[in-house]
Amino acid sequence: MNPPRLDPATLRIAASGAAMQWRSLEQLADTPEFRAAIQREFPVGASEFADAGSRRRFLGLMGASLALAGLSACRRQPMEKLVPYVKQPEQLIPGEPLFFASADVLSGFARGVLVESHEGRPTKIEGNPAHPASLGATDVFMQAAILQLYDPDRSQTPLLHGEPAAADHFFSVLTAQRTAWARDHGAGLRFVLGNTTSPTLLDQIKQLAALYPAARWCIHEPALNLHASHAPVSIAEQDVIFSLDADFLASGPAAIAYTKQFQARRDPTAKMLRLYLAESAPSLTGAQADHRFVMSPQAIAQLPAQIAAALHGTAAPDAPAWLPAVVRDLQSHPGRALILAGEFQSPAMHAAVAQLNHTLGHAAPPPADPPFPAPQQTLQRLTADMASGSVSALFILGTNPVYSAPADVPFAQALAQVPLTIHHGLYADETAEKCTWHLPAAHWLEAWGDAASCDGTRSIQQPLIEPLYGGLSAHEILAALLAQPLTGSYAHVRATWQRHHPTPPFEPFWRTTIHDGLAPSSTLPPPLPPTPPPFQSPSPPPSPSALTLLIRPDPHIHDGQFANHAWLQELPKPMTKLVWENAAHIAPATAARLGLHHGDVVTLTHEGRKVEAPLWLLPGMAADCVLVHLGYGRWRAGRVGDHLGFNAYALQTSAAPWGGTGLELHATGARHAFATTQDHSAMEGRDLVRHADQSAYHSDPAFAQHAAPTPAAEESLYPKVDYKGHAWGMTINLNSCIGCSVCTIACQAENNIPVVGREQVIKHREMHWMRVDRYFEGSPDKPTILHEPVPCMHCENAPCELVCPVAATVHDSEGLNAMVYNRCIGTRYCSNNCPYKVRRFNFLQYADVETPQLKLQRNPNVTVRTRGVMEKCTYCVQRIEAARITAQVAGRALKDGDVVPACVQACPAEAITFGDINDPASKVAKLKADPRNYALLGELNTRPRTTYLAKIWNRNPEITDP
Amino acid sequence: MQQLFPRSANTLVRVVLAGGVLAVAGLVWALSGINASSYMTRVGTALDQPVPFSHQHHAGELGIDCRYCHTTAAISKEAGLPPTETCMTCHSQVWKDAPILQPVRDSLLTGRSLQWNRVSTIPAFVYFNHSIHIKAGASCMECHGRMDRMPLTARAQPFQMRWCLDCHRHPDERLSAPGTVFQMPPQPPADAAMAAQWLRQRHVQTATLTNCTACHR
Repeated sequence: MNPPRLDPATLRIAASGAAMQWRSLEQLADTPEFRAAIQREFPVGASEFADAGSRRRFLGLMGASLALAGLSACRRQPMEKLVPYVKQPEQLIPGEPLFFASADVLSGFARGVLVESHEGRPTKIEGNPAHPASLGATDVFMQAAILQLYDPDRSQTPLLHGEPAAADHFFSVLTAQRTAWARDHGAGLRFVLGNTTSPTLLDQIKQLAALYPAARWCIHEPALNLHASHAPVSIAEQDVIFSLDADFLASGPAAIAYTKQFQARRDPTAKMLRLYLAESAPSLTGAQADHRFVMSPQAIAQLPAQIAAALHGTAAPDAPAWLPAVVRDLQSHPGRALILAGEFQSPAMHAAVAQLNHTLGHAAPPPADPPFPAPQQTLQRLTADMASGSVSALFILGTNPVYSAPADVPFAQALAQVPLTIHHGLYADETAEKCTWHLPAAHWLEAWGDAASCDGTRSIQQPLIEPLYGGLSAHEILAALLAQPLTGSYAHVRATWQRHHPTPPFEPFWRTTIHDGLAPSSTLPPPLPPTPPPFQSPSPPPSPSALTLLIRPDPHIHDGQFANHAWLQELPKPMTKLVWENAAHIAPATAARLGLHHGDVVTLTHEGRKVEAPLWLLPGMAADCVLVHLGYGRWRAGRVGDHLGFNAYALQTSAAPWGGTGLELHATGARHAFATTQDHSAMEGRDLVRHADQSAYHSDPAFAQHAAPTPAAEESLYPKVDYKGHAWGMTINLNSCIGCSVCTIACQAENNIPVVGREQVIKHREMHWMRVDRYFEGSPDKPTILHEPVPCMHCENAPCELVCPVAATVHDSEGLNAMVYNRCIGTRYCSNNCPYKVRRFNFLQYADVETPQLKLQRNPNVTVRTRGVMEKCTYCVQRIEAARITAQVAGRALKDGDVVPACVQACPAEAITFGDINDPASKVAKLKADPRNYALLGELNTRPRTTYLAKIWNRNPEITDP
Repeated sequence: MQQLFPRSANTLVRVVLAGGVLAVAGLVWALSGINASSYMTRVGTALDQPVPFSHQHHAGELGIDCRYCHTTAAISKEAGLPPTETCMTCHSQVWKDAPILQPVRDSLLTGRSLQWNRVSTIPAFVYFNHSIHIKAGASCMECHGRMDRMPLTARAQPFQMRWCLDCHRHPDERLSAPGTVFQMPPQPPADAAMAAQWLRQRHVQTATLTNCTACHR
């Protein structure tokens, strides 16, 4: 179904109304389609039996299943085999998981993890509390790594010209080539690799650079700005932050640590940090800003100069009206006010911001990333060399430039000019297709490796499983180039660490480092702090009339490397709740001016290059800007990721990789139906996300409870139940939540939740137990953006339980609303009666029970559900029972903090708290007593066990407008 | 007009109706009987095993503790089946050439596991945990019977939900004294008060035992 064409006039009238919260422009305009959709549990046709089949056969099946219902349970118990070890591994206790420290690497930077392993199968990834870049939390990519390990589409064999070949054959080719390279010092030898911080890899590169001094190296990391420093700054020590397009809470190698620090400084009972943010497209950090200034990229580029002028007491003539108040706020917090430049801002902007921070009393700007140890060249230069025929052999390690090279770099064509090309990667992707050789890479859970986090903390990656598909690590390939024996990655990593640890004894250090997941006092020697460069105006003056293109990595698919990842594809994107595709985002007002509508397919023309993309009207976008995300439009990603969305790399140039002016937009006349969940599970028109400014909070701390009073417990026809033992409850602090959706994917990994695919999402059949609702409030031009995670509320007066004809959903003695899969016959009455819309039904056999690799990923403590069964959040009952058993076996009572559901553990903002509400000393009971605590739809007297803490802003009273 | 049905048809209808009810009731009774029968539950049937291992000899006559082989019974959800190495600790010395132990020696030589037929089975949607039962004082014998008298191992109990619930509803009736969980037979409590005291001491939350979530997740 194509989205309706909205009349911009209706939108303006609707927006001028009360401060209602809305999810989509359809809701804001109150279209008949939206009204019809909200009245239904599922869209028309979603609940119908869509398979071809006659009515007679259907009735026959119904009759047979009715007659035989229950008999299926009465069969003879099947025979099973018990297979013990021959020699039981040390430390392994059958039935109990083991946790191993390792590190997930994204864009080259490590985030420490603990990997859960069940009898040799890694099943779940959690953050390593001791690691400074994860601090026990995770992001969506860390959670998703486990599924990537088992991806059946991963490359499984070396390929020579696309045909399976033996790895030995490759190594013999390499040996033959080495003598030729040695003769000319590697003049024709080139390497392309992603950004890396691996001490072993950097060491090997240094050795290769010494062996082949004429060889050249190229770093190709499409989602990272290699010109920006990634050394972390302290967020916790600031009182005021002014972010210039910096999405520091949700992207970048220090995002998790920043989120932890940020939320700790947003406690309204203490001195709150204040965040100002200027951006062109709404980001998760922008949604957290007390003052979010929607500005064009050109206007943002002018800000440093305007701030500098204001700091010196002179007002720039074209400065925005709010700027003096912001600068006064910055100035009144010397040493505790920081300006951050966005990752994708120009080097001049970064330099200017460093200078400004110097003026604001910060000692030295953060040091730059450590230098690369070998002669480098850019991708354009490399491509020119390749096209000229001066490259004789090209190694492409763990990156996919055929797909992700900017459009002005003809890498794919130039590749054909190179006699020997070797691609090493997890997938036989677009680049592998064009290379002489492709070698399957070992996943980081399969081979030894190492990496450093953005603050220099070094970690060892230890394998948890033998390579599933015989993958090789990059260390092994480089070692072969160095004529070293093929001893496996362990020897290389160990040798490097031994070299860098000259003081004996090495063994205890090595073992401690592996066990802890990070080297003790392992920060690299900090590079000398550069003096801030002289101030310069960061950008050319704006060219008004034309549209501006913004190119950013996709929030979930990143640069495209996760395109074949079904969890990430189906994870709704933070701002649009779009799944399985990307879009060209534009402000509603700009679209109205251009006569374009939501869902129109348009041609984007930028510097002569064209791409067709569907248009998404995104509230909160700056006028005359179009935002596109990288990572889609792949053609050799795998069965999951092929041919989804459009390829935004086709608009990218190496001079302006993050966009630029001069974009043209033309409607093609075609329309596109998006797969989005933004209007799914809508809870109609009620005060759902409660929020207030600090001033209002201090005058009435319980404002959230006054919005809609909860009826007294006696106002129910049902008898009140006393919960004598534990009473499990949850609070979700909306003041901390940044809407990153890691809870959704952590829940998916923990609870064996299947993906359903694009077509099924359009039918409202997505299966996530935990969803993150996103609301807009105010005008579509400059809305307040609010996030609200919604799991099952575990209502004490649960509406779902009353309507189940077979008692498949019942309360347990501790207040859990339990779902008994074996009893469920799939009437879906419970889901219909749930006011929160948190129940999910297996319309089809979504869980893949056939693919052997995917079986390995499953959590053995959670049932894999079949077709026809209702399911929903269980508060991770398997973790409650595991904690209960652990405590009881240890001979003690359960204590606060023993039970940690998957969402709580993963959340970087510590927004979710779980525990026993009967224990007045528990953290959750204390939060429930907080005046900000309110129940979602509490007026229905469902008495939910999950409650919310209202969001508090720290607005500057001097700024009245945004 | 003559009546279509004779008077005797009334009786016939009554007989058919009553018979129908009786037949349905009989069918339900018969099916539930079959379901509870030892044919369905396999109670008392010794299974073929690669080695005719005698619990009577090892546990009963030699007095080897259960945990010598089932090492993780008290600390994990799985009781643990002994690795081949455990068998060979003794059988590299005693009965080291016995033909019936050939599969065990083969296993050690080839590195291939022995494949036992599982005697006590619960369905995959039941999440049973040995350690908690042992800690609470449910003895080995309670579920596995007099293993010390089984020359060949057979299932002692039906392992059906009704049987599980018997104990989960009345845990105080089947407790064993501290330190006697692994004994055959264990020592029962002297009286109900002692059982109640044991439950308290062992932190058993009796109200949670009949929750669906206690076993199904």
